Amino acid sequence: MATDPSASIALRVNGKDVEGRAEARTLLVDFLRDTLRLTGTHIGCDTSQCGACVVHLDGVAVKSCTVLAVQAAGREVRTIEGLAATDGSLHPMQEAFRQHHGLQCGFCTPGMVMTAIELAQSAEPLTPERVREGLEGNICRCTGYHNIVQAVLAGAAAMRQ
Amino acid sequence: MYRFTYHQPADLDEAVRIASSSEDGSYLAGGMTLIPTMKFRLASPSDLIDLSAVEALHGIADEGGRLRIGAATTHAEMAASALVTERLPALAGLAGRIGDPAVRNRGTIGGSIANADPAADYPAALLALDAEVITNRRTIAAADFFTGFFSTALDPGELVTAIRFAVPAQAAYQKAPNPASRFALAGVFVARHADGTRVAVTGAGQYATRYPAFEAALDAAFTPAAAAGVTVEEAGLMTDLHASAAYRAHLISVMAKRAVAAC
Repeated sequence: MATDPSASIALRVNGKDVEGRAEARTLLVDFLRDTLRLTGTHIGCDTSQCGACVVHLDGVAVKSCTVLAVQAAGREVRTIEGLAATDGSLHPMQEAFRQHHGLQCGFCTPGMVMTAIELAQSAEPLTPERVREGLEGNICRCTGYHNIVQAVLAGAAAMRQ
Repeated sequence: MYRFTYHQPADLDEAVRIASSSEDGSYLAGGMTLIPTMKFRLASPSDLIDLSAVEALHGIADEGGRLRIGAATTHAEMAASALVTERLPALAGLAGRIGDPAVRNRGTIGGSIANADPAADYPAALLALDAEVITNRRTIAAADFFTGFFSTALDPGELVTAIRFAVPAQAAYQKAPNPASRFALAGVFVARHADGTRVAVTGAGQYATRYPAFEAALDAAFTPAAAAGVTVEEAGLMTDLHASAAYRAHLISVMAKRAVAAC
């Protein structure tokens, strides 16, 4: 049982064991950004709709603004910072977003990429329609969806190679 | 979000014990409604009882012809379940169109029905599929479970542990989703059981209900035209910024027709 004020939370983030203090009411996204200083995960709304905060929790895409930090205790989180290889080479999905200009202002990109990676891992082959459905929970207010869909299709194909 | 005390009980007994001893405790399932509601300070429970470690709430099983779905089954698990897809594809399809992928990865059927959002999809399925809601205390027929706007027959501290669905010969669900939230502006679940057709509507009224006029018409002739021939009254339907009562009445008619065609 964790009670307020803060308690220590231990979890694995991007392959490293980390520990930090958080109140029970601290959201996972705030813990990642403010305590662990992993500011690649963004907060774009207050209503769980925009998807800028999507991370993988035990390999599953979740909106980290709608998960408590304490719920991630003892579990594994992967954020946008954990995708590139140690030599700095981009994850195939990141590379596809770069190649296809799948971003304009870039604010939604971390969440888009994390959602896209889970989508690319599904057993069924991806079509433009399935990608658009799969991105239902990620909003791009530049409305640059066309290139994002192209990037996800290319990134998914690259991940399968 | 206001402060609360967080608990993560290991089993059902402990969860219920904590709930009964807390001042104003709330169970936390997927949190897809509760956490946003707490962020807006529209809810401020004294204690959150996280059910994620309670193993008894998981599992999907065939129980003598009825499907038993553990309350902690996520929408994604329901949509991907081989058993549900084979026996009740309409239910798997419904689950796969709730919200968005990240919401489906966390949100659960037990949490959804306990919350009883008037625009949630599952309540229509429970009503049309003669479901039973199993709690830590009793079994409640779906017909008695949804009692009003965000209201259920659950007593304080009572916890949904599973839902048991009848498997009809044919079933289909069609909804007109709100384009932003994917909640139903009107959703119609049609199920053709051996003893008659059940038609349940969600999203349009104060809470999900069956529509006997559709059931009588479809028992006489199970055709899209028969569904389209039923007059849907505007009275009792919601008007809000998303749709007027008249538009919702029209959507119910169209969705009913499509659901019958999809059976």
